[in-house]
Amino acid sequence: MSDFPFLSVLTVAPLVGALVVAVLPRRRPELAKQVALGWSLLVLALSVVMWVTWQTGGDRFQFRESYPWIPNWGVNFTFAADGIALVMLMLIALLVPLVILASWHDAESSKRSVPTYFALLLVLECTMIGVFAAADVFLFYVFFEVMLVPMYFLIGSYGGHQRQYAAVKFFLYSLVGGLFMLAAVIGLWVVGGKTFDWVALSEVDISTGAERWLFLGFFIAFAIKAPFFPFHTWLPDAGGAAPAGAAALLVGVLDKVGTFGLLRYCLPLFPDAAKWFAPWALALGVIGIIYAALLAIGQNDLKRLVSYTSIAHFGFIGVGIFAFTSQAATGAVLYMVNHGLATGLLFLVVGMLVARRGSALISDFGGAGKMVPLLAGVLFFAGLASLALPGTAPFISEFLVLIGTFSVNKPVAVIATLGVILAAAYVLWMVQRTTQGTLNPALTEVEGMKRDLNLREKVVVAPLVALILLLGFYPKPVTDVINPAVQATMQDIGKTDPAPSAGTPQEASR
Amino acid sequence: MMEILAKAPVEPVGDVTYATAEGLLGSVWLLVAIPLVSAAVLLLLGRRADRWGHWLGVASVGVAFLLGLTYFFQLRGLENRSVELSLWDFIAVGDLRVDFGLLFDPLAAVFVLLITGVGSLIHLYAVEYMAHDPGRRRFFAYFNLFVAAMLLLVLGNNYVMLFFGWEGVGLASYLLISFWYVRPAAATAGKKAFLMNRVGDAGLLIGIFIMFATLGTTQYDEVFTGVGSLTATTVLLLGLLLLLGAAGKSGQFPLQAWLPDAMEGPTPVSALIHAATMVTAGVYLIARSNPIFSANSTLQLIVVSVGALTLLLGAIIGMAKDDIKRVLAWSTVSQIGYMFLGVGLGGAAYALAIVHLLAHGFFKANMFLGAGSVMHGMKDQVDIRRFGGLAKYMKITWLTFMAGWLAIIGLPPFSGFFSKEPIIVAAFERDDWTAWLFGMAALLGAGLTAFYMTRLFVLTFHGPARWTEEIDHPHESPKLMTIPLILLAVGSIGAGALMVGPVPEWLEATAGLGGGSEAAHETVLSHLAITILSIGVTVLGAGLAWFLFRRGTATEPQPAGVLVTAARKNLYTDAVNETVFEKPGIFLTRALVYLDNRGIDGLVNALAAGVGGGSGRLRRLQTGFVRSYATSILAGALLVVAAFLAVEAGWLV
Repeated sequence: MSDFPFLSVLTVAPLVGALVVAVLPRRRPELAKQVALGWSLLVLALSVVMWVTWQTGGDRFQFRESYPWIPNWGVNFTFAADGIALVMLMLIALLVPLVILASWHDAESSKRSVPTYFALLLVLECTMIGVFAAADVFLFYVFFEVMLVPMYFLIGSYGGHQRQYAAVKFFLYSLVGGLFMLAAVIGLWVVGGKTFDWVALSEVDISTGAERWLFLGFFIAFAIKAPFFPFHTWLPDAGGAAPAGAAALLVGVLDKVGTFGLLRYCLPLFPDAAKWFAPWALALGVIGIIYAALLAIGQNDLKRLVSYTSIAHFGFIGVGIFAFTSQAATGAVLYMVNHGLATGLLFLVVGMLVARRGSALISDFGGAGKMVPLLAGVLFFAGLASLALPGTAPFISEFLVLIGTFSVNKPVAVIATLGVILAAAYVLWMVQRTTQGTLNPALTEVEGMKRDLNLREKVVVAPLVALILLLGFYPKPVTDVINPAVQATMQDIGKTDPAPSAGTPQEASR
Repeated sequence: MMEILAKAPVEPVGDVTYATAEGLLGSVWLLVAIPLVSAAVLLLLGRRADRWGHWLGVASVGVAFLLGLTYFFQLRGLENRSVELSLWDFIAVGDLRVDFGLLFDPLAAVFVLLITGVGSLIHLYAVEYMAHDPGRRRFFAYFNLFVAAMLLLVLGNNYVMLFFGWEGVGLASYLLISFWYVRPAAATAGKKAFLMNRVGDAGLLIGIFIMFATLGTTQYDEVFTGVGSLTATTVLLLGLLLLLGAAGKSGQFPLQAWLPDAMEGPTPVSALIHAATMVTAGVYLIARSNPIFSANSTLQLIVVSVGALTLLLGAIIGMAKDDIKRVLAWSTVSQIGYMFLGVGLGGAAYALAIVHLLAHGFFKANMFLGAGSVMHGMKDQVDIRRFGGLAKYMKITWLTFMAGWLAIIGLPPFSGFFSKEPIIVAAFERDDWTAWLFGMAALLGAGLTAFYMTRLFVLTFHGPARWTEEIDHPHESPKLMTIPLILLAVGSIGAGALMVGPVPEWLEATAGLGGGSEAAHETVLSHLAITILSIGVTVLGAGLAWFLFRRGTATEPQPAGVLVTAARKNLYTDAVNETVFEKPGIFLTRALVYLDNRGIDGLVNALAAGVGGGSGRLRRLQTGFVRSYATSILAGALLVVAAFLAVEAGWLV
């Protein structure tokens, strides 16, 4: 089974599905939804098979396939997955069907074609899988850029208030970042001996100056994508304007390409530059944690608020990546997965609230728990996961990032820990203003607010809630896959974990 | 002062080893699992469980109590009375190994019995107390969740497990304080409790990081064994961070403000969580970490100071409050101050603090439930100025409350006498002039306690009736509420005398608490003198309050002097929090929101537009089509490629 070309099939399958959905007649939206959902479930099933086939403790890169594309430039369709990519692929395969199911009625409010909306979601899935599965730098770049297109249309055509502005801003920011990366990709090709193959490039020696420039080119692209402070301002606009399902994919997966890129490209390809730039990256990360959390506290728009919380979370991931310890890096990767689950859930639940109320403004709610207790309960649960309460998966990742960072950089870890307090503030205050307190009389007149979660919505939230709890108590299945990949990355940059400063307990007692 | 700080560290404890849990003790995880499953069932079944849910809630805690007793007797028969049970690898990355594991030792065992024993009685009481609340099933789900988390807290075999339970009880506490979430005051109080606790939690977290960075572990046995290899500064820092966590959870200075507000929750919550069990978690943390705290005398001095300061603060504020639950809440703050004083003194006083903790669990739960019973009969009135003469109408509540009152003020032979007085004596045993400082503080606290508790008791049950108009006939509560009251009253009377001998002896098998062999310290006053003094100030305080309030009190707020006004305003601690943290915080977030929209966004937009080809501001681009600037980007790309070729040729670097 391990010879099966999982990665290329997984990449192409959603695209075929998208074409099928796109050609369905516009007047049969239900059929389009069902086909899209079924197709995404097939992709999920296939990726579960891939997960089972994966050999923990086997090669760093598995499922490698390579087909020539532009031989003259050394460009190939090379796919391969390490543990980090694998868990992200699983996250995508899981989230897309849930998002499709959650977005069942989202496209109906727009004037555009309903089938196209679901086709776009599948195209997005294709590009997201491609970007994580690529093991050729040029192929990665192509997916990185193409990924913008479906998201641009999802926001610009099906979004809410100010969708045009948000879509263009999203596109421009990403494109500017992509430009830096393109330059760096070409530069890398030049210094790396005219090849785009990741494995070959990772063995090339690059002069210090060139390495730093190339690192910076990739870093800026990824820092905008993630996004890190101060490149973050496009995300609240995009997240605020995008339909909730697309927003969940945007922050849950798409943005992770940035942090994934740092781990896959910046660190192994430019190890010395990564170490040289690390203090700056750590500073950006830690500023992001505090700054975005404070901004989240001050938001009056639910979707913008969730976007800001994500920027704070990306700060944690950035710190974890640039602390260069195995705990912090594993924590960062686990954070990428857990944040996808938790913030994905949060965005979807917020979307359900917003769809009912017809407004995303917190001040338009108040006491909603009385009317939709179950929905309010799930919102609260997603909030708890977002503030990394033990028992939910994000606790493990945040704890790993912090404890791994503390052993090498105490000030950064301590400041980041303060973010834990702020996280409680933005979550609880949001929950209080939305669902608790005196019932806002305007809510009783809104028809949608009289209906609590229906079966479809329960099916959407239940798997996410269950996974968040399961991985909160027993994260081993995921950490076992991530660990070897992270160890390899640590070796690439030549970093080892510091020994306990007081010696091991056994030595100390002697 | 300097010689105190410079004092040499105490001998570290030797190697700490735990045996593996075998046989029946191998199922000790059931203690956590049973209430947890019950909570999950109650939440998942929803309204379908409304009819019987509360009984499931009571049964799960009752079964946990019976199991706890069984395990207790099992443990007594063992040679090494500390057994560990490793369930699975919780976190395993690099050298970090965190066990999802439990530790059942004498200290954990007494907590298990307190939590499940008193917990069962309060659960039973709540069946009736919450009978008319449509959310009773939800209430019992949260209540069970609390018990599960609290048991995990005391049963964990490492600091991460402790933190897991620690946050779990914080969540349950939040859910129960804001149980009536429609009331803005309840929602705000819940949030305040969670946030202030998080400040302490951040301290606890950083403490855990220090353990890993210095010792490479978070397991209790390895940390305690390794404490001796840490520098004095590290131990001090570590201890202070743990203390911050403990202060948050236990409502100690400077993180005490949330606890009185937590009384917005239903009264059984106040009894179980905010009096008998959760708020004593800080005491548990320090007693559990005694090898760390005993290793640095400066650290101990700070713990003692926090305890002494808080016990006085709580008592002073308690004297000025008129809300029956708030008086009891400030009293809890003050009594936990005594426990902190005890664990700070170290040595044999660790066990004394635990004895007081257990005794307090009985009498404070008793009085809170008594207060609930009063409120039940008085249409939820909480203002003691509006009670009076209730002894006649609710005899059982009156008598049981009297047992609690006599216990807390510490008159012999009630339990407070046996549990509090030894702490006062221990405070006088310190080696230097601080013996006088802390001893007198503890004595003064005893007098103040007698005063405010007598005031509360007299104003509620004696003197003329001062009820509001709508109350015509106060009534006694039903049996389901009075039976737990009677049982707890029995505990309030007898627990202290029964526990003061065996409990310290039992606790000696806990790592670091085997201090029985050390020579008895000299006290600066004779033991007899201290006992006479402490009974004296108690009688004085109680007598004064009786004299002042036996004829009732005014029902309207009265003008007051500086001190009383300050006490009514919580000694301005809330005002300080507001000025120093809240207002600047709100200002900061508002300023940043403004700045982010204008400053950073504007700057980066301009920068992006500039980089994108210098064709002007984003706003103008916005009106165009995406493809129209593809050309300019292509031009830019060519430029950058040229730059790279230049780098390659060695022109730039």
